[in-house]
Amino acid sequence: MIELTEIHRDFQVGDQQVHALDDVNLTIASGDYVSIMGPSGSGKSTLLNLLGLLDRPTSGSYYLNGQDVTSLTDIEQAQVRNREIGFVFQMFHLVPRLTAAENVELPLILAGMPPDQRRVKVGNALGDLGLADRSHHKPDQLSGGQRQRVAIARATVTEPNVLLADEPTGNLDHKSGMDVVHILEQLNQRGITLIMVTHDPEMGQRARRQLRMIDGRMQSDHQNKSRIEQDDGSA
Amino acid sequence: MRTRDFLSLTGTSLIAHRLRSFLTALGIAVGIAAVVLLTSIGEGLHQFVLSEFTQFGTRLVSINPGKTTTSGANVGGFGTERPLSIEDSEALKRLPFAQAVVPLVQGNAEVEADNRRRRTTIYGAGSQWPEAYSMRVKSGRFLPDDDPVAPRAYAVLGSKLRQELFGERNPLGQRITIGGSRYRVIGVMESKGNVLGFDLDDTVYIPTARALSLFNKDTLFQIDMLYKEGTSVDTVVDGVSKLLEDRHGKDDFTITTQQQMLDVLGQVLDVLTFAVAAIGGISLLVGAIGIVTIMTIAIKERTNEIGLLRALGAKQSQVLSLFLGEAIVLAAIGGLSGLALGIGIAQLLHLALPALPVHTPMLYVVLAEVIAVMIGLLAGVLPARRAALLDPVDALRSE
Repeated sequence: MIELTEIHRDFQVGDQQVHALDDVNLTIASGDYVSIMGPSGSGKSTLLNLLGLLDRPTSGSYYLNGQDVTSLTDIEQAQVRNREIGFVFQMFHLVPRLTAAENVELPLILAGMPPDQRRVKVGNALGDLGLADRSHHKPDQLSGGQRQRVAIARATVTEPNVLLADEPTGNLDHKSGMDVVHILEQLNQRGITLIMVTHDPEMGQRARRQLRMIDGRMQSDHQNKSRIEQDDGSA
Repeated sequence: MRTRDFLSLTGTSLIAHRLRSFLTALGIAVGIAAVVLLTSIGEGLHQFVLSEFTQFGTRLVSINPGKTTTSGANVGGFGTERPLSIEDSEALKRLPFAQAVVPLVQGNAEVEADNRRRRTTIYGAGSQWPEAYSMRVKSGRFLPDDDPVAPRAYAVLGSKLRQELFGERNPLGQRITIGGSRYRVIGVMESKGNVLGFDLDDTVYIPTARALSLFNKDTLFQIDMLYKEGTSVDTVVDGVSKLLEDRHGKDDFTITTQQQMLDVLGQVLDVLTFAVAAIGGISLLVGAIGIVTIMTIAIKERTNEIGLLRALGAKQSQVLSLFLGEAIVLAAIGGLSGLALGIGIAQLLHLALPALPVHTPMLYVVLAEVIAVMIGLLAGVLPARRAALLDPVDALRSE
C-alpha cells in the first residue's frame, strides 16, 4: 500500500525553480499494476525515484505499508530499499565485472545474508527467469533481453513488495521488450506491486491502472481492467 | 555486509583493473622500498659508527687545554690558559675514581730502524694507555710506570709499523731512532685496525715527557681518563674540574665525556637516518597522490555503480567503506611488496658491498607497513567520501 499526499518536489535549475512534482496525491493498492506515462520532463521519473526512496519530497507525506518513510534516516531508507523495493532500469545497470549470479547476489550481500542462503535464492531467481545456464556469464556476454532479465532477477531476489521499473523496455527490441513485460506481469500476478514508467503507449496501456502526468501534475488516472485480462489470455 | 563479501567485492574491482591497480600499488611499493632501504643504510651506519666509538669503552673522559664549547681547533697554544702538564695528569691519577689516566701527545716523526725509515704517528702516552683504551700488548710489555718527568727511552710499536721496520725479525730489544733520539723497543701491540680513519697499527708509543721534548711542546694534547665502574659521570666531571681549577686557578680546560660524545653522535646519526627516511617519504607522498588520482578516476567511472548500490539498499557507510577498502588494500599490498623489495635490495647491497653496514630494524618494517595503510586510508578517504555522498538519482543517471 502506497499513499502519497500533497507531494511537492522542487529543483533549483540555475536561478529558476522547477516544480518537478506539483501537489501529487496518489494511493496505490498492494499488488496493483500501474503505468506512469507522460512526456519527458513531466515528472514521472521523479515520482518513481521518490517512490523508491532514492529522492525525498520537498513537502508532503509518503506512507509505505502504513509507515511514514519520508521521516526515516538515510540508513533506515537504505534498509527499506533493500527489503521492500526492487528497481529495474532502462540501462539495466549491471556491474560489468561481476557475473550474472554475482549481480543478482548483490542486494543479498549488502543485507549481510549468509552465503549458503544466498546461493539458493540466487539460483531460484535466475532459474525462474530461464537464466540458469547464464549464471556465470558476464553482462557483456549476454543479450539485451538477457541482461534485463538478470536485472529483474536482482530486483526480485529479496522478494520485495514493490517493483519499480523505469522504461524497462526502452533499450530493447520489440520482441525482447515484450518478453520482459510479460515477465514483469507474471511477477505482478504473483502479488508484487508493479509500477512502470514508460512513454511507450503500447506498454503503458497494458497496465491495470494508467496514470498520465504533465508538468509535474497528475493529468489522468484511468482503470483498464478488461484489456489486461484479454491480453493475458493471448500471452 | 560480511567481511568476506567485503573483501571479495574489493578484490574483484581491483582485479578488474589489474594493470592500473598494479601501477598504483607500485607507486606505494617504490616509496616504502625507498624508506626501508634508506633507513636500513642509515641505521646500519648509525650502529657502525657507534660501535667504532664504544670499542674503547664508554667510561672515558677527555680533558683538553683551553675553554671551548665547540669542538674544533685546539686553542691551547693561545691566550692565557695554563697548559695541561704531566703534573696535572699525575694529580688526576690520585683522584679516587681514576682507574687509568693517560697524558697524551701526538705528532708525526720519522722512525728509523737499521736501514729502514718510515714516517709515522707518534703517541706520547703514559703507562696506563692499554688499560684506558682496552688495547693489548702482543709481545713484550707496554711502557713501564717510570718517573713521569724523566722516563727511560723505551718504545712500543704498533703491529703494522713492526712489520714495516722489522719484517719477520724479532723487534724486542732492538734499537730505533725517532727524531734523532734512540729508543729501545720493549713491546709490540696487538693489531687494532682502522678506527674512523686512524690506523692505530701504524704507530709508535713513547713516554709522554719524551714526546713533549721531541715535538718541542709545553702542553699535553689531551689527558684521557678511564673512571672506575659505578662512578657517575657527574662525579667524575665535578672531581676533575675541581682539581684542575685548584691547580690552574681558573676554568681553562674542557672536559668531554664519552657519554656526551656518544649522545651528540647518536643525535647526529638519528638526524641523518631521519633525513634519508624523509627523502624516501617524498616518494611515498607521490605514491599517495597516485592512489588519490586512481580512486578519483575509479569513482568517476563507477558513478552508475554507486547509484545502483544505493538503489539496492547500500548505506552511505557501505559505499564509503567499499571504496576506502580498495584504497587501503592497494596501499597495503604496495606496502608489503615495498617491504620485500626494500629488504631484498638492502640484503643484496650488503652482499655486494660487505663494507657498507646495513641494518633493517623490525620496528621500521612494521612502522613502514602501518604508514602504507595510513596513506591508503588518508588518500582514499576524500574520494570515498565523495562516492558515499553522491546523490543516488544523479549517480544512476550519469553516463
